[in-house]
Amino acid sequence: MTRDIALGQFIPGQSVIHRMDARVKNLLLIAFIVLIFCSFNFVSLGIITGAVIAVILLSDISVKMYLKSLKVIIVIILITSILNIFYGSGDPIVQFGIFKITLSGIYRAIFVTVRIICLILISSCLTFTTSPTDLTDAIERLMKPLKILHIKVHEIAMMMTIALRFVPTLLEETDKIMAAQKARGADMESGGMIKKIKAMTPVLIPLFVSAFRRAYELAVAMECRCYQGGDGRTRMKVLKIKKLDVACILVTVLVLAGVILCNIFFAAKI
Amino acid sequence: MSIIEVKNLSFTYGIGTPFEKKAVDDVSLCVNEGEVIGLIGHTGSGKSTFVQMLNGLIKPTSGQVLLEGKDIWEKSKEIRKICFKVGMVFQYPEYQLFDETVYKDISFGPRNKGLSEEEIDLTVRKAAKFVGLSDRLLNKSPFDLSGGEKRRAAIAGVIAMDPDVLVLDEPTAGLDPKGREVLLAQIMGYHKERKNTIFFVSHSMEDISRIADRVMVMNKGRLEMLDTPKNIFAQVEKIESMGLRVPQITKIMMTLRERGYDITDGVLTVEQAFSEIINLLEKEGKI
Ligand SMILES: Nc1ncnc2c1ncn2[C@@H]1O[C@H](COP(=O)(O)OP(=O)(O)O)[C@@H](O)[C@H]1O
Ligand SMILES: [Mg+2]
Repeated sequence: MTRDIALGQFIPGQSVIHRMDARVKNLLLIAFIVLIFCSFNFVSLGIITGAVIAVILLSDISVKMYLKSLKVIIVIILITSILNIFYGSGDPIVQFGIFKITLSGIYRAIFVTVRIICLILISSCLTFTTSPTDLTDAIERLMKPLKILHIKVHEIAMMMTIALRFVPTLLEETDKIMAAQKARGADMESGGMIKKIKAMTPVLIPLFVSAFRRAYELAVAMECRCYQGGDGRTRMKVLKIKKLDVACILVTVLVLAGVILCNIFFAAKI
Repeated sequence: MSIIEVKNLSFTYGIGTPFEKKAVDDVSLCVNEGEVIGLIGHTGSGKSTFVQMLNGLIKPTSGQVLLEGKDIWEKSKEIRKICFKVGMVFQYPEYQLFDETVYKDISFGPRNKGLSEEEIDLTVRKAAKFVGLSDRLLNKSPFDLSGGEKRRAAIAGVIAMDPDVLVLDEPTAGLDPKGREVLLAQIMGYHKERKNTIFFVSHSMEDISRIADRVMVMNKGRLEMLDTPKNIFAQVEKIESMGLRVPQITKIMMTLRERGYDITDGVLTVEQAFSEIINLLEKEGKI
């Protein structure tokens, strides 16, 4: 059930992508996202798509997992691409009443679809290959400059770590409680919207109770270990930039240059 | 007559993901009406997964569960009704309590079953009596009960549906020795009166040897042994190779036997051992 959601799940491994520094991965992800949205013709879109596919293959995670993460948003992809087909300007190729399909509409649809798919694939790659602790650690480091603005970077990162840590736990708990209530004959599938929401009370109340209990226990456990916030805290695993990371940054810069050059030398399609 | 028949039952979690895991592997058995089946196995051997297939909470990857001769998945739309026939008490069932009062919580199952108000009242009070919850406790919030009381309230919630088959997944886990003793006695008392079929999953070999007519031993998803407690616990080496142990008293009595004392084989409970030793001493003229 809830376990089938592939989005945002860490899969341990030893691939090149797994071994990269989490901070570098985050920065390169941002670079990729910018590039995905700054590809205005088929050549540059092709380059960035190729780069995304290369990253996926390097991550050594089965393609099935990536397809699963796409499954979640397939409806969004379909709706946006269909809407975009009818949104183009220029001479219609086919026309039904007020709806017309134009060449620019088809181009738009292709661009939107490819962009969303690339976006999901490359972000899934980050969460598949980076453990939640590394991820928040990296985010904490990257946000450090914000401390000047008196933003509590460490606290935000700690909250994110805890939230991420408890997502699978709470999902598992939901599964268990749902199964227990189903075993008592609870009917959660039939009936209208209101009835379904009402039927969730026997699941939600125990879930809240247990979430509060866990939060309380965690707070006590943290205090017992003298946790007092981020000041003066050192790390067991210090993030380090390695040769591998430098190489990955260089490759990304090459892709970046390629996309920019193609954008300049080939005509924009949208 | 066999009430439950399990045929080549298998279940795999997360098919098609890197986390694929065969939890139950080709299990077959027949269970007679009124029998108490003890289920033991190492953590992760697939006990919980197996019992959840008995009442249709999870659908087998392959194989069948026949309840009174009918495949429970034959009419998959009516799978919910199986829950009323095969009652399931999960591990740590106290986490499922949700209603304002204990009484209302216990009546959740019977109400879903579609009983009338009078029938609900009757069955709730009866179930509460089986597990020894007083009327005073019935009007309290379930969140104000002690750990042991919560556990018993949750079990009453399943007993109140009056199932023909009752599955208990580690019902005594995490209770203090006294609480375990009381709960076990209550379950045995309930079985004596209602005479229904019981599946009892436990890590306590002592509990199993006291309550079970037959014992299933699971290892890595497979059903390794199925026999009476006496025959199962006679095979100490095999049991221990699966990371389990035999009841301590059985082991003590076996050692005495090996040292040449005249003791019958397969002593399972302390009471039995007591009378054996008294007999022995009398025979030797020591008392
Ligand atoms: N919901 C689940 N998703 C994936 N794997 C599971 C799930 N539940 C149990 N497993 C796995 O299936 C195996 C059997 O588990 P379980 O039936 O709970 O064993 P037991 O109750 O004997 O301890 C274990 O290896 C466990 O990790
Ligand atoms: Mg279990």
